[in-house]
Amino acid sequence: MSNLININRNEGDDVAAEPNEGSLVSSLAAVANRAVRIPANVRNAGADLEARGVHAWFGANHVLSDINLAFSAGTVTALIGPSGCGKSTFLRTLNRMHEFIPTAAMAGEVLLDGVDIYEQGTDVTKIRLKIGMVFQKPNPFPSMTIGENVLSGLKLAQLKHSNKSDLMEECLTRAGLWNEVKDRLSAHGGSLSGGQQQRLCIARALAVSPEVLLMDEPCSALDPGSTLRIEETIRHLAESVIVVIVTHNMQQAARVSDYTGFFLSEDGPGRLIEFAPTREIFSRPKDPRTEAYVTGRFG
Amino acid sequence: MAQSTSTQILDPSPGRPWQKSPRQFIPDLVVFVLALAVSEVTVSLTGLRGKIALLSLFTLYSMAGSMVIAFRRRGISAMGNALASSFVYLSVALVALPLFSVVITVISRGVHALRINTFTQDMAATQPDAPFNQGGALHAILGTIVLILLATAISVPIGVLTGLYLTEIKGRAEGLVRFLVQAMSGVPSIVAGLFVYAVWIVGGHGGFSGFSGAVALSILMLPTVARTAEEVLRLVPNDLREAGVALGGTQWRTVVMVVLPAARSGLITATVLGIARIAGETAPLLLTIFGTTAKHFNPFSGPMSALPLYVFQLLQSGLNVAIARAWTGSLVLLAMITVLFTFARVVGGKSKS
Repeated sequence: MSNLININRNEGDDVAAEPNEGSLVSSLAAVANRAVRIPANVRNAGADLEARGVHAWFGANHVLSDINLAFSAGTVTALIGPSGCGKSTFLRTLNRMHEFIPTAAMAGEVLLDGVDIYEQGTDVTKIRLKIGMVFQKPNPFPSMTIGENVLSGLKLAQLKHSNKSDLMEECLTRAGLWNEVKDRLSAHGGSLSGGQQQRLCIARALAVSPEVLLMDEPCSALDPGSTLRIEETIRHLAESVIVVIVTHNMQQAARVSDYTGFFLSEDGPGRLIEFAPTREIFSRPKDPRTEAYVTGRFG
Repeated sequence: MAQSTSTQILDPSPGRPWQKSPRQFIPDLVVFVLALAVSEVTVSLTGLRGKIALLSLFTLYSMAGSMVIAFRRRGISAMGNALASSFVYLSVALVALPLFSVVITVISRGVHALRINTFTQDMAATQPDAPFNQGGALHAILGTIVLILLATAISVPIGVLTGLYLTEIKGRAEGLVRFLVQAMSGVPSIVAGLFVYAVWIVGGHGGFSGFSGAVALSILMLPTVARTAEEVLRLVPNDLREAGVALGGTQWRTVVMVVLPAARSGLITATVLGIARIAGETAPLLLTIFGTTAKHFNPFSGPMSALPLYVFQLLQSGLNVAIARAWTGSLVLLAMITVLFTFARVVGGKSKS
């Protein structure tokens, strides 16, 4: 345990600077309790996503070991843990973006509605249509206008839609960006601020009606105001899609998520140390390593 | 004191405190005038003669002068800095000088035989020694346009696809393809011409024709386009590719909708550089399009002309009148390339607006 405490000391979480550990746990737990809970009866009985025994490698380097996690419809799951613990890699195995790295390898199953997305003969583009992704760095397409960016998924996947302007408005509204851009839909995506660009990327991901939305540290490059807007957006999205969010910011995990998974790599591949309702992770974590992390004793 | 500070805040005017004040320019001016004067004196007193001697002396003296000033102001390291910047400016001048010299020479000699009929008539019914108001370069201008269009149509698609293979597919032959493209860019132009002549024309697949010429030029243009395309495609952030694929696009759709548009202006540069590589080529054309004095549109049969070939063949005649026509041909070629490049820049620059 003692060597863990020194791992990634300068990780940069504002939580880590907090001196009073006891009160921090309770305040995070309080935040988690305050987060808007959507009553179970309004959640749609949508898709289910489950990872079974997922391992990942880069070359000979085993980075992720035996992850078993289930995500149910209408929930937001936060994945937390220090840098290099494999949480982003895990996220990328969930929509087969992992295989984009030339040396990547994996084992295990990822079941979307009971069907393994890694099964031979699976149309990977259809998988990624159902499991959308928002990246750490806002990446709107520079050659397209704001409106074209929102609808770009339809064109990329060659989908038809009867009313594109309605869809554009709906997605931008759901991403919390409509009021800011409705008068300049033909401006270039690059003319927006960083936070607006990220919300544009969320709108773009929503336009193809995914069942799952994966977010890889979506707020790490953003200011607090934009972060707040995106967190509101995430809460609203949870009504219709499964959201899985990787975050370095534990307060963010406490604010937006229903469940939290804590990843840790101890001189070896990253493992899922604890998975529980967010409230419990922050108020009474079962594993001492989780407690050490969420109270800011390391990471 | 406090009052003056507050008035400054109340009435700010935009300034550039980081720039030199006019007073600080005085020593530089003194060095300039002094260097000029001393080099004049040196030229008049010693055996050194001519503009080149004057310019070299002036360069040396002004470099020495600016180093002295820099040393007096801020010591030895500033002197090194002044020396380095002098060399930079000198290199810029050495690069710019031949360019301007060529442009000015071509213009001043080319206008001599430039007439309206240069653009409206060919040389079919005109002797090379005829007066300038007879005959023209129309056949060569048309030939060059046809050749550039054909060569571009052949090499740009192949070159961009090669670039895509190297950056997007990254297939097993990546290293081999890159090596071959590099080797290909070292092929001497006469060899390209000879190859097409031996394999295509002598082999009986076609005679001297515009198309044969375009194939020879494509051999030269292709590596330039492919290498530049690879460079600019590599500059497209990987984030954009991932975003496209994560939205459910196939790799091909992502390339067409996201990667190529993002690299648009760079790909236009690749095309322009490729055209620049071939526009002035003469040697391969001698062996493939042969040259003619009449207008000839059909690139698939019969000899054609092109501006470089027009220039070459007129120069060979040795007549003063013909040489003047050759200079005019060079001027027209230069003007055509300038127009083409400007057009490409304007079209290519629009994507960022």
